[in-house]
Amino acid sequence: MIVPLPAFVAIPLGTAFLLPVFAKRGKAVATVLANLATISLLVLAIASIGQTRVYEIGKWSIPLGINLVLDGLSSLLLLAISVVSAAAMLFSIRYMEQYTAKAKFLCLFLLMVAGMNGVALSGDIFNLFVFLEIASLASYALVGFGCEHEELEASFKYMVLGSIGSIFILFAVALVYGNTGSLNMAYISKAIQSSGLNRGLTFALALFVVGFGLKAALVPFHAWLPDAHPSAPAPISAMLSGILIKTLGVYALVRVVFNIFGISVSMGWLLIALGLLSMVAGAFLAIGQWDFKRLLAYSSISQLGYVVLGIGLGGLIIARDGNLAWASLAILGGLFHLVNHAVYKSLLFLTSGSVQMSTGTRQMKQMGGLAEKLPVTRATCTVASAAVAGIPPFSGFWSKLILVIAAIQAHFYWVAAIIVFVSLCTLIMYLKVQRYVFLGELPENLQEIKENRGSMLVAMVSLACLCVLMGLLLTPCLRSSILDPAVQVLTDGVLYSANVIGM
Amino acid sequence: MKGMTIIVKTISSWVKVLIFLFGIYIVLFGHLTPGGGFAGGVILASCYVLLMLAFGREYAEENLSLPVASKLDCVGALLFAAVALCGLLYGAASFFWNFIHQEYLVGTDYEFNLVSAGTIPLSNIAIGLKVGASLFLVVLVLSMFRPEMSGNKED
Repeated sequence: MIVPLPAFVAIPLGTAFLLPVFAKRGKAVATVLANLATISLLVLAIASIGQTRVYEIGKWSIPLGINLVLDGLSSLLLLAISVVSAAAMLFSIRYMEQYTAKAKFLCLFLLMVAGMNGVALSGDIFNLFVFLEIASLASYALVGFGCEHEELEASFKYMVLGSIGSIFILFAVALVYGNTGSLNMAYISKAIQSSGLNRGLTFALALFVVGFGLKAALVPFHAWLPDAHPSAPAPISAMLSGILIKTLGVYALVRVVFNIFGISVSMGWLLIALGLLSMVAGAFLAIGQWDFKRLLAYSSISQLGYVVLGIGLGGLIIARDGNLAWASLAILGGLFHLVNHAVYKSLLFLTSGSVQMSTGTRQMKQMGGLAEKLPVTRATCTVASAAVAGIPPFSGFWSKLILVIAAIQAHFYWVAAIIVFVSLCTLIMYLKVQRYVFLGELPENLQEIKENRGSMLVAMVSLACLCVLMGLLLTPCLRSSILDPAVQVLTDGVLYSANVIGM
Repeated sequence: MKGMTIIVKTISSWVKVLIFLFGIYIVLFGHLTPGGGFAGGVILASCYVLLMLAFGREYAEENLSLPVASKLDCVGALLFAAVALCGLLYGAASFFWNFIHQEYLVGTDYEFNLVSAGTIPLSNIAIGLKVGASLFLVVLVLSMFRPEMSGNKED
């Protein structure tokens, strides 16, 4: 099926502006419409797997017009975005009843989805910035949606740091435009290949790394994340940790570094260093947390480190003209971990939302013994914890295994050792979650709590099933249609420009 | 808020019509002269902001209430999306395709006519509506929120 690419942006954007028209009376209608939009996006994303296309908006040919590019990496991202957003939207049907102004919430949610889809599809670097801002601005508002003091503070902090990141990116885009005379990614890449990097472009690359690093919350730039992600309503935490930091941060960074500027040895080392730093620091910080969602947020930083490490390792091998098969394996590990993390971390945040809604607290010291009161939440949380810690049949194990194998193959034994060590730390932090939230003594004041049924359970159980089944993505059939094209885009590097211009 | 002195009120009531007309002019002639949907929308919004400053927030809200402005905002965005979608349905079947061809409109000397350039004036009108309504909303909401911040907590 040929999917018109603008549909990925137009459907959520159109629905988002349709929702406030129903105002207060049509809350049910708005909920149904918003769910229809996310589910139709999921169908479209599945239908567009395996396609590679360039879409010229308004029939204006590039470089004059704006283009959308669907390639392996984009369709992998679109799939992850639509899976997480469909589950989070389903979850919020019931969860968001606690808040007022549900229609506004759904509107902002869909705007965020539209922005992320746009980032994944854009073939034009200025449009990438515009979509990135749409998604970021919607997320600033969603983080502060509860309007409590703590939430507004987190939202403000996130907004200040996020805006600094955006300004860095905008400045870098301006520098790139000034030095290459084009905003189209393929043409920028072509210009850089023919004339090489000058000082302005190198500076722009540094600005991109800082800007996207701020959006991705890699360790030196992570200060906003542990406040922002726990403060948001649970479905939004799931979206932010599950997919937003990956789309706006990792995907955009990787696209710019690999496909536009071309990977170099120093850039590969920088990505590895950022990845390792995030992994280790995130894991250590997470172990000490007593706030359930805050622990999950720090764990996100740590897990995102794996993704960046895998991709950086692959990039380093490519830049050194090493064995391409090793590089592909490392990148495959990184991208596979990205998708896995999107599923299990959003599931973990949804379970934390379910726990918070039942108990009214996020402090693990005030919980305990919830296993009998919240059986489904407990079961799904255990599955997700096993996946994030890398227990064999679950998804996280496979991606970490690939990363370890790739590191050993490429003779980075110390990197493999750190991966295993951080995995152990991850196990410790999730055992802590199990111990203090679900096992132990049930406190007096929580004797009467009940589990929330309905859509919340459907969303959690379906994500838990995905967690178990994600390992199947490595079977040859699914791997060659979903994961391999995405890896191919990155190993091709600057061939991207020839591919896009030739299409 | 009671508004400003009688001098300001009188002058504002004279110039408000001119400002509004100028805004409409900038929106409609966006494809021929400098300006367009965004600039025109800002001028349209500034007309209401002037009313708000001179006569007080209640007076401006009587003219354009918050729910109405919010709906206009959404209608503008939807109109813009509709223009883009029509391009997908007609003619060359591409998103944002300019589906109203020049030759369908006026005879030979269609250049620089008010009705020319296909979908661009339509998009300008949509953007003018969107920008005007949302900028007015921003100022309105900011002025509404201030007294409530010091007093009781909002929802």
